Amino acid sequence: MEEREKTVGSRIGMWLFLLSEILIFGGLFLLYAVYRAKHPVDFHNASLDLSRFDGTLNTAILLTSSLTAVLAIYSLQELNKPKRTILFLAITIACGLAFLVVKAFEWGAKFEHGLYPRAAVLLAKPPGEILYFGLYFTMTGLHALHVIIGMCLLGVMIGYVRRGKASHEHTPVLENVGLYWHLVDIIWIFLFPLFYLIS
Amino acid sequence: MKTGGMSYPRYIYIWIALLVLTAITVTTAGLNIGRIAIVVVLAVAAVKSTLVLLYFMHLRWEKRLILKLLVPIAIITLTIFIGLTYTDVLNR
Repeated sequence: MEEREKTVGSRIGMWLFLLSEILIFGGLFLLYAVYRAKHPVDFHNASLDLSRFDGTLNTAILLTSSLTAVLAIYSLQELNKPKRTILFLAITIACGLAFLVVKAFEWGAKFEHGLYPRAAVLLAKPPGEILYFGLYFTMTGLHALHVIIGMCLLGVMIGYVRRGKASHEHTPVLENVGLYWHLVDIIWIFLFPLFYLIS
Repeated sequence: MKTGGMSYPRYIYIWIALLVLTAITVTTAGLNIGRIAIVVVLAVAAVKSTLVLLYFMHLRWEKRLILKLLVPIAIITLTIFIGLTYTDVLNR
């Protein structure tokens, strides 16, 4: 209970930060909602170009990484097993890497078909499809950047656990990194249906 | 934070529920049920994020009022932003 009181400030700070992150993506979701209302048919057609399999696979990967992230914290906080925590953190980073690899193949396939910002093939398409791909690259790109930052933070956490800076008695930083990782997961939970499942 | 009653199996149950919901949403989208599909997939996304917030982000055990309120505040703000703009654009 005492530990809770001491760490409440760090939790409030972290959640406020997450709130601002939600608003960053919220602005992009707003753009998405408006452009989709204006070009419903173009959005439908453009969505057909995305690989639903890749999207679903990445959803499963990120959900799994969220599980291992929370298990890492649980192993340290409740079970006092730092080695297991490091293992779970490493699996989480590996999942993040797998997500990025799938994403890279997906973007690569788009590029091969001439679908990238300002490409001639894309510019010849109807305006709604250009907007769709603009939003697709911006939002999934910004999300991927968050995944990369999250992986770096998780890597730092492995060092923290090794050196005892995060321990059974003291886990606020580890918890906050966990919160960040779960938020990245939640953003993907909404990106996935809005881009991949609307055709 | 103390997370009363959670354990490896319980976290794994939540994970399985999230995967099942993903399967449901992908299947629904493949059914060609028209405009209702977007409502279904967004509702499923809302349920999934609620599970993540409550169990993975431990909000279920949060006792501080300010932290309990932060997520509803974010949802209300976004609903006003997106909802009002959307209806404005639709009715122009």
